[in-house]
Amino acid sequence: MSDKKKELKPNTYKFDTLSLHAGYQPHKNAGSRQVPIYQTTSYLFDDVDHAAALFNLERGGHIYSRISNPTVGVLEERVASLEGGTAALATSSGMSAIFLTVMTLCEAGDHLVVSSQLYGGTVNLFRLTLPKFGIKCTFVKPRDTEGFKKAIQKNTKGIFGELVGNPGNEIMNMPEIAKIAHDAGIPLMVDATYQTPYLCKPFEHGADIVIHSLTKWMAGHGSSMAGILVEGGKFDWMQNDKFPTMTKPYEGYHGLSFAEEFGPTAFTMKARAEGMRDFGPCLSPQNAWNVLQGIETLSVRMKKHCSNAEEMVKYLSNHESVAWVSHPSVPDHPDHELAKKLLPNGRGSMIAFGIKGGKDAGVAFINNVKLASHLANVGDTRTLVIHPASGTHSQMDEATLKFAGLSHDMIRLSVGIEDIDDIKNDFEIGFRAARKPRLVSNQ
Amino acid sequence: MKFKVNGHEVFASTGGRPFDKKKPLIIFVHGSGLTHMTWVLQTRYFAFHGYNALAIDLPGHGLSSGESLKSIEEMADWVNDVIDAVGHKEASLVGHSQGCLVTVECTSRYPDKIKTLSLMGGAGAIPMNPELLSLAENNDPKAVDLMMDWAHGPAGHFGGHPVPGLYHINTGTMLAKSRTIQNTLGVDFRACDNYKNGFEAAKKIKCPTLSILATDDKMCPVKEGKKLASLIDGSQVDIIDNCGHMMLLEEADRVLTVLKKFITTNYPPLSS
Repeated sequence: MSDKKKELKPNTYKFDTLSLHAGYQPHKNAGSRQVPIYQTTSYLFDDVDHAAALFNLERGGHIYSRISNPTVGVLEERVASLEGGTAALATSSGMSAIFLTVMTLCEAGDHLVVSSQLYGGTVNLFRLTLPKFGIKCTFVKPRDTEGFKKAIQKNTKGIFGELVGNPGNEIMNMPEIAKIAHDAGIPLMVDATYQTPYLCKPFEHGADIVIHSLTKWMAGHGSSMAGILVEGGKFDWMQNDKFPTMTKPYEGYHGLSFAEEFGPTAFTMKARAEGMRDFGPCLSPQNAWNVLQGIETLSVRMKKHCSNAEEMVKYLSNHESVAWVSHPSVPDHPDHELAKKLLPNGRGSMIAFGIKGGKDAGVAFINNVKLASHLANVGDTRTLVIHPASGTHSQMDEATLKFAGLSHDMIRLSVGIEDIDDIKNDFEIGFRAARKPRLVSNQ
Repeated sequence: MKFKVNGHEVFASTGGRPFDKKKPLIIFVHGSGLTHMTWVLQTRYFAFHGYNALAIDLPGHGLSSGESLKSIEEMADWVNDVIDAVGHKEASLVGHSQGCLVTVECTSRYPDKIKTLSLMGGAGAIPMNPELLSLAENNDPKAVDLMMDWAHGPAGHFGGHPVPGLYHINTGTMLAKSRTIQNTLGVDFRACDNYKNGFEAAKKIKCPTLSILATDDKMCPVKEGKKLASLIDGSQVDIIDNCGHMMLLEEADRVLTVLKKFITTNYPPLSS
């Protein structure tokens, strides 16, 4: 017997356990082992007093499924737990999560500093749609860390970016950009869809709000649309007078100050109380349940996604039909070292590569692969390919494409979890066709 | 709202309603290293139902200035000073954990001022694990992680917060790390460990008293809470199943229901 004193260790649940259990207590749900799907619009009040208390945020609970739903609530807590966040709010899509985040943070006349390498739909939101609400944005290339600092104005309310840019795989230096944001008294908002909390926990690197399109790797099976915003809980909304809608009495809730009352969960409370009430991009309970099924196997799938991606990087890097490969695991990738620091569990399964022969070769490749699916999604269990210049980013003009770091020969690959040999064999078919585009397309 | 006590600015949440001297006063006293925000699912109800609900940040905690008070006795006197500072002659007290030691001591010292006492996860003494105390006094964040582990029951470790989307273990962690750990949690733990007068103080309490205890409370177990309650004449005890020490978050609705019945019966609100 050793008389060595046992060191105290916290026994809070770890990632894989939280993936399966967080946010749900069976004994409060008829003992149902699986999370029930609460397919309902609304919830009975005990009496008039109870109803008033719920509407006035005096008690926790559900009123109407646009605002909250028990199945969706399990998903929200689960993602918050996995991210190390204090609270989360699920939405109908990743785009609605971004929109709700911005509308919770900003008012007409405000300004945001935004990474230029984003999903095409997000670019359009920031470039064209938000100005219609009086919110202007300055775009900065993700590697231009100093550029973020220079772009901050008096009315800037936050910095937004994708941790790993879509589709060029440029990585934001999150710790440095977070410091820039915090020195200016504003939050850093990070879209970490490509990473999931298995690969990176942005709150540990300074992010204040994390956004996911849950449609992608988190759900993982290409079945359901969903999004979420997660709050880190560290940002002090009361440190300056930049965020009056967070810190001053809010007319919409009897003079409630979200920051005073809810502190580390204030942003999420406001996003739900105001944003879901007024904009209403709620997630359906069925889709929330589908996403929960995906999250149960998140770490298992992400390991396979990443190992397959690294195999594909080697294969593509040595292929005669490939001009260039961009993936953070490649040693000459400009962000290779940063990726090691920010993505210790794997560099993700998104690869961009240039096909020799340019646009025509790209089109032939896409048209001839059989196993890889040509569609506008990423993060499916299946391997997906697209030609951004003619697909996801096709609404951009030439100059914007260039600024977003896109080229006409670029193919975006979301590596699935099929047998790696089958993916490679399929790509051989595509590359053969790409070398003879006209011949194949005429067959 | 902000006001001054002994020259230092104090922050207290008023539950979203303006302070109104005509209404009876309820003061909520948080636990070690925490802040007024732990009470959000109790204070708003009372604030909107005829009371002044003041969820205070103890000195050096949350949004209050000054240094943390070093003994439970000092904190008890300070709570009395708060009553004076906001212009009231009496109050109802609600405490959680360390806040129970403070409110028990305060009630015993100022029996004419305190009209009801509600204790959540209370005990007559809260001796600290020496290693946990050392970690907190050395500013080690592991102290907060251990506290959050022990403070939540097995069910609470899964989450299931009454407010949709909130994950309470991480929320509690953020609250406890919002100021320098050694200056808040470290000082508080030492004050709890040093305090020996709880059982004697309890014997002097004559006002209506409620103890809410939880079956899975590892920090202030049910038997310790019952022991304290047994020393207070006519004390009511309510025990919550499947719940840990953070009952005011883990089972916020149940706690509010019990608290509401007890306080409105024994210390009625101002009729509207």
